[in-house]
Amino acid sequence: MSDPVDARTGPERREPDAPDSPRSVGWTRPQHVRLADAENPLPLDGGGLLAPVDVEFETYGELSPARDNAILIFHALSGDAHVAGWDETWREYGRNWRSKRPGWWDEMVGPGKAFDTDRYFVICANGLGSCYGTTGPSSTDHETGRPFGLRYPVVTVGDWVRLQVRLLDHLGIDKLVAASGGSLGGQQAIELGLAYPERVEGLIVLAAAARLSTQGLAFNYVARHAITNDPRFHGGDYYDQFETPDGGLGIARMIGHITYLSETSMWRKFARRWQAGGGPGYSFDIEFEVESYLNHQAEAFSERFDANSYLYITKAADYYDPAERYGEGDLATACRRARGKWLVASFTSDWLYTPAACQELVHALVASGKPVSYINIHSSYGHDAFLLEVEWVDRLVRGFLAGLGNHG
Amino acid sequence: MAEQTHRELIEQLMRSRPHFAEAIAYLASLDTGLHGELDLSAERRRWDHELITQLIAPGSSVLDIGCGDGELLRKLHAEKQVRGQGVEKTAELAVQAVERGVPVIQLDVDQGLAGFPDASFDYVVLEETLQTVGQPAKVLGEVLRIGREGIVSFPNFGNWWVRTQLLIEGRMPVTPKFPFTWHGTPNIHVLTVRDFEGWCESAGVTVRAAYAYADGQYHELIPADNVLAEEALFVISR
Repeated sequence: MSDPVDARTGPERREPDAPDSPRSVGWTRPQHVRLADAENPLPLDGGGLLAPVDVEFETYGELSPARDNAILIFHALSGDAHVAGWDETWREYGRNWRSKRPGWWDEMVGPGKAFDTDRYFVICANGLGSCYGTTGPSSTDHETGRPFGLRYPVVTVGDWVRLQVRLLDHLGIDKLVAASGGSLGGQQAIELGLAYPERVEGLIVLAAAARLSTQGLAFNYVARHAITNDPRFHGGDYYDQFETPDGGLGIARMIGHITYLSETSMWRKFARRWQAGGGPGYSFDIEFEVESYLNHQAEAFSERFDANSYLYITKAADYYDPAERYGEGDLATACRRARGKWLVASFTSDWLYTPAACQELVHALVASGKPVSYINIHSSYGHDAFLLEVEWVDRLVRGFLAGLGNHG
Repeated sequence: MAEQTHRELIEQLMRSRPHFAEAIAYLASLDTGLHGELDLSAERRRWDHELITQLIAPGSSVLDIGCGDGELLRKLHAEKQVRGQGVEKTAELAVQAVERGVPVIQLDVDQGLAGFPDASFDYVVLEETLQTVGQPAKVLGEVLRIGREGIVSFPNFGNWWVRTQLLIEGRMPVTPKFPFTWHGTPNIHVLTVRDFEGWCESAGVTVRAAYAYADGQYHELIPADNVLAEEALFVISR
């Protein structure tokens, strides 16, 4: 679909807005709610029921008296409910990394930002199966009094969204202004738009196709393989062990990281540079900068993420296919369920959810007669571009939100 | 030397062909200064926006191919409650359309419009875009497949000003409707009113209405418009 947007400036990362900045939502606290219990368990696509289910979420801005200004943001694979601002509870929950940086989409969510918290009530919840406060494999199984591990049921994107809709019910929100997400978060936006079309006016899908490619399935399999074959995995029951499968999870993260970057962005970032004091050491130590970077990412990730959650979340990503789910294999048929307006953006160097794959969704929406906007943003940052090309994403989201309700 | 010869030729022509006088006067005023970049002013588009808005039935669906910044669709929605969808090749313009609240898909029409089902829109608008595409006949075919009616406008290369520039100056014409240098122009398939009529006839396409724009106003097309019209607009169907 071509002639991509020229990213006019590279994403030289600005200093994050400090908690006392007028552009920051400031200090934040997570909220918790039980959205499924024995009397009202959560039905799962894989059969069976899950209860209890607790959800961690955050909100920013004020819900209007008419409850008609809410925007739901979905996080991606390794994300959490902490979209914006500075978590004042980081010590309490042992989330040390949050002391150093604001929420993962702080550049987009805040007063006067694209998701303007002076205007909108912005919600983000930690997804089902994750490890940041929502019931997942590391949560206590009330039947055994021990962490679920692999006794946790395999959950799907459909289950995730079903739970998020329960959160909307809990908050008394009938209809969202918009739902937005990138990558796996974008797939949840797709699912919300197809499963609950009456609950949302605008869908913003960034760097996400309707389904993962074969290549994507393969990468996820290798990642899970690395985890389950780590000798410290113990069939998923590693929570009471001295050592956890950090090695396997680290490999999974390294693979993930490579797929989030592009050949160009890796070259620009590391080229073939040596570690400090460089030059070949004729050994198998870490020698190239890129090795050091991946190693650092692996270690940092293992400290903050649960290996079982990685298994469950990638599995959900693998399963998701709205064409199969709603269209007997035909995505355009599935898209007939949609209402409202759609914004889809892809990034030219994204090889995980390629522009061509994102365009399948666009074409399906077009074929089903839905109003859709699509931009293929020129970027060398690969899949990560949806978080890095802030200037373009900001313009698109602002424009799209402003246009909701203005144009049929 | 060459310049003198050029001026002499013009003066000679003005004496011997009084009906060219106006054209030559224009040409002289050009001072070849137009062989630079001209501003694509809003005025250039306004006339067909106005006409198209009149032609389109309220509440209909419109696909605008080459919708630019989405201004026509915004206007059609505001004034005719149209369900609009835009297609635009240039990313910057597509983003501007999104900012206007107009749904737009960034897509190069030469890469195909196959994603749009048959007869899925009441009208397909191809405004000032036909002369820029790689395969005009194919795009026109798509216009007629996707829309019940096509509305096609283009700058008229048969216009007297264009003709005289090529004739007198011997250079590729640069006019307000063709404001680009030969090497920088996106207009790779220029055509005349008569060319378009000829294509319609040979392709078995019905011309339901045709309009010309000249001297700041539009009127129903007359035969002399192959020379007079600066731009033309056709409403066509199968």
